[in-house]
Amino acid sequence: MSEQYPALLVIVPLLSALVISVAGWVNKRLCFPIAVAALGVAAWSSVGLLFRVLDEGVIVYKLGGWSPPMGIAYYIDYLNGLVLPVVSIVALLNLISSKKIVEQQFPDKAGPFYTLYVLMVTGLLGIVVTGDAFNLYVLLEIASLTGYGLLAMGEERAPLATLNYLYMGTIGACFYLLGIGYLYIVTGSLNMVDIARLLPPLYQSKAVLAAFIICMVGVWLKMAFFPLHAWLPNAYTYANSASSGLIAPLMTKVMVYVMIRLILTVFTPKFVFNTLAVHDAVVWLAVIAIVMGAVLALKERNLKKMLTYIVVAEVGYMVGGAWLGNRAGLTGAVLHIVNDALMTLCVFLVVGNIVYKIKGYAFGDLKGLFAKMPFTMGAFVIGALSIIGVPPTCGFFSKWYLILGAIQAHQYGFMVALLFSSLINVVLFFRVFEIGFYEPFSDHEGHEHHPAVMAEAPLTMLVPLYVVAISLILVGLYTGDIVNHIVQFVIPKGFM
Amino acid sequence: METITSIRPLLAVLVSLLIIPLVVVSSRSPNVRESWTFVAAVAKFLIVLSMLPAILRGTEIVYTVVQFMPGAAIRFRVDALGMLFALVSSSLWIITSAYSIGYMRGLKEHGQTRYFCFFAICLSATIGAAFSANLLTLYLFYEILSLATYPLVTHHQDLEARSSGRKYLLYVVGASIGLVLPAMLICYNLAGTLEFSKNGILAGTAVSPSLLFILLFMFVFGFAKSAIMPMHSWLPAAMVAPTPVSALLHAVAVVKVGVFSIVRILTGVFGIQLLSSSHLGMAVCYVAAFTILVGSFIALSQNGLKRLLAFSTIAQLSYIVLGVALLSPKGMTGGMLHIAMHAFGKITLFFCAGAIFVATGKKNISEMIGIGRRMPVTMAAFFIASLSIIGMPPCGGFISKWYLALGTLQAHQIGFLVVLLFSSLLNACYFIPITYKAFFCRPEDAMFENKVQEAPAFCVVPLVITATISVILLFYPQPFLRLARMMVQSITGV
Repeated sequence: MSEQYPALLVIVPLLSALVISVAGWVNKRLCFPIAVAALGVAAWSSVGLLFRVLDEGVIVYKLGGWSPPMGIAYYIDYLNGLVLPVVSIVALLNLISSKKIVEQQFPDKAGPFYTLYVLMVTGLLGIVVTGDAFNLYVLLEIASLTGYGLLAMGEERAPLATLNYLYMGTIGACFYLLGIGYLYIVTGSLNMVDIARLLPPLYQSKAVLAAFIICMVGVWLKMAFFPLHAWLPNAYTYANSASSGLIAPLMTKVMVYVMIRLILTVFTPKFVFNTLAVHDAVVWLAVIAIVMGAVLALKERNLKKMLTYIVVAEVGYMVGGAWLGNRAGLTGAVLHIVNDALMTLCVFLVVGNIVYKIKGYAFGDLKGLFAKMPFTMGAFVIGALSIIGVPPTCGFFSKWYLILGAIQAHQYGFMVALLFSSLINVVLFFRVFEIGFYEPFSDHEGHEHHPAVMAEAPLTMLVPLYVVAISLILVGLYTGDIVNHIVQFVIPKGFM
Repeated sequence: METITSIRPLLAVLVSLLIIPLVVVSSRSPNVRESWTFVAAVAKFLIVLSMLPAILRGTEIVYTVVQFMPGAAIRFRVDALGMLFALVSSSLWIITSAYSIGYMRGLKEHGQTRYFCFFAICLSATIGAAFSANLLTLYLFYEILSLATYPLVTHHQDLEARSSGRKYLLYVVGASIGLVLPAMLICYNLAGTLEFSKNGILAGTAVSPSLLFILLFMFVFGFAKSAIMPMHSWLPAAMVAPTPVSALLHAVAVVKVGVFSIVRILTGVFGIQLLSSSHLGMAVCYVAAFTILVGSFIALSQNGLKRLLAFSTIAQLSYIVLGVALLSPKGMTGGMLHIAMHAFGKITLFFCAGAIFVATGKKNISEMIGIGRRMPVTMAAFFIASLSIIGMPPCGGFISKWYLALGTLQAHQIGFLVVLLFSSLLNACYFIPITYKAFFCRPEDAMFENKVQEAPAFCVVPLVITATISVILLFYPQPFLRLARMMVQSITGV
């Protein structure tokens, strides 16, 4: 059974998506349990895979028994072994939370919604698990197309915002494909490990250089790396909260994974940091991304849109960390994939709860929210503290590694940008807390303050939220174990 | 040095967190709810006390919660200084809890459940900071304390509370993220560890003097809770909080965590060898001396009683920093001892200010003429406590000031002796007239009618207790003096 985990991970959700779409015609109430079961299996297999990787090291799984470079192989090493459980568990938790949202907002579209949802997760898991560069493109398109569909189910402006995303996303995916095409021309292979083996004599080739740059631009477009971010805020803001709760935590993080995979496995650090040596410039781009993300977030008067700009800033954290070119920076970037997925999920689930009860997410709608929804806001505080980077939440520890990496690489601009973004995050979140805590203002001594009636979100939304919120603290406390047992093996030997 | 591994430091931290669910559940029956606070307070004090004999024997108690990377862990180590601070804060929490009940119920404040919950978190963080074995753990509890204090400072939820809360965050959280965090990481990168050591973790590293100077002041100003000028102005603003919060947090726990952190930085991170050879100790002394004088001068001009006490606290906190930064054994003893002596005196003064507010609704000194005739117990306690702050017998404050003065002589710094004495004079100038006008005024000038009485017993008894302890500490300054001496001996060898 456990030998088949890599296949189960992708096949079960893929087939379930078909079943769900059929079940949607028969009885809409069947869709949700099937989706939960499918993602449950995926989560189970991904956790199982992680433990197998911890025991045995890298796992190579040949799909259909065809061996590479002819057939498609799935490589599960410490990097995707860590990212897979994150993707599947985040997707599962958001799925549970989305039940009530679907019932409230588009009950008759339950079938298509859950179909797209499970298909998208299939795509995301496939991207992470595959060891084939072209297969990755196919799965990327699966995840993207379903993502457009999910995001377009939302407010009036959602279809237009999504159309914009579709244009940009398609360009990004095409760039990636083009880059892989170049690689295929020069190496004759699509298997990542194989490409890496064939590339070293070709490091000086202009075609390889072009392939790398085109791939990177494509991936940066898909992950909304500033200034290629413009599609993200509107697309995420106007979507329904069930979709944004899936896509905001995962899509950008999976693309960061792809970037790190390209750097580490396909092109190898030797090419990226020694032959190419543009990493200082990329780190400065990341600095701009972090600062601009923070400043643009500051401008917003709308909780959800503010959070989307924080996502843009966080992408800068990870890109910068990965391109610092040292052990601490890369550790921070990989850790931050996990941490940022969890904390973005946490705050987007909070938005989901708020929209579900209050029907709005502008700052003006948040008055008195600590009294109305104390549990949701409690989890929001934990998520916010993690994004700010307060110990012992996990956000602190990835930031710790990132700053340490910046100091060791003498990239003080990146260090200042991280601190600046933390401080801006304090302002951003406490501005929201203030509205929820003070307004409507009580009189001078506060004696006549009448607490608002509590109207908390249902349990199916609170439980996933608290699972995530508590995991933020637990992941933070176990950072040492995660780094010692997993992340340090991600980084190739000899990488300082 | 002998060390014992024991989970008791962690228990001492956690005990007040564990009762929070119980406090929330019993929010509808206030008496049950407050009894949980007492249970936690007494349990915390007893756990701390149970470690005292071992510490006095010269052993240290360590406990590692979780290790993140080499040299950076969440680890507790109870040494003499940590024990001194933990004893002060945990014992005063019991008294403050009683006072809180009298004050909050006397004024029928809203949100009392929230109040007691966050108070409990604050005390956990304070004890955690006291027992921290390294800079990372200290930073962790420092940040938790900053954030847990926020809902207490802004308890009234009005416009004034919001603007004070903003100021509080800007200074305290802004400085810790903006200055302490990078300084800590630079230290880690230089030394490869964050564990406090007797000689200082930066002692053996090749660091340029200018970087040392920058690092030191990133720490000193970054720990803005110590209210060293120019990072002080959050403290007067934070006086919008209910008085028990000002009493325990802004005279004892929060501000002393700031000072305590600076003491740890000076003794455990830099080490006195490095500080004296690079003359950086003197630089800190000058900043502290400036804060002492300016704080005392500003206090002279205050009319709001709590604001006056806040500026007095700003000045007194810098006594501690000055004493330790002198780097002479007597001065360091005096500085550490002052953590305890100032705590008992200042908390009494705040209790008195709160009792006056509960009984009469007055906040300003100009409105308190003749109040001593109506509230004689409160004002007598006020007088005793103000003597302790001035540094006169028969109060404990005399001892710490005596040591501080000897410390300046030992360090051959007559200038700082003058600063200390002049500051005492200023203290007398702003404290004595309050008591004088409260008792000695012409009957027609008295502002209070006969019906004004003492505040409820829950308010009065705690302040009598703390005032009494202030007096007792002069005659029996143990175990605080012994702990301070042990700490100084372990650092300096004298």
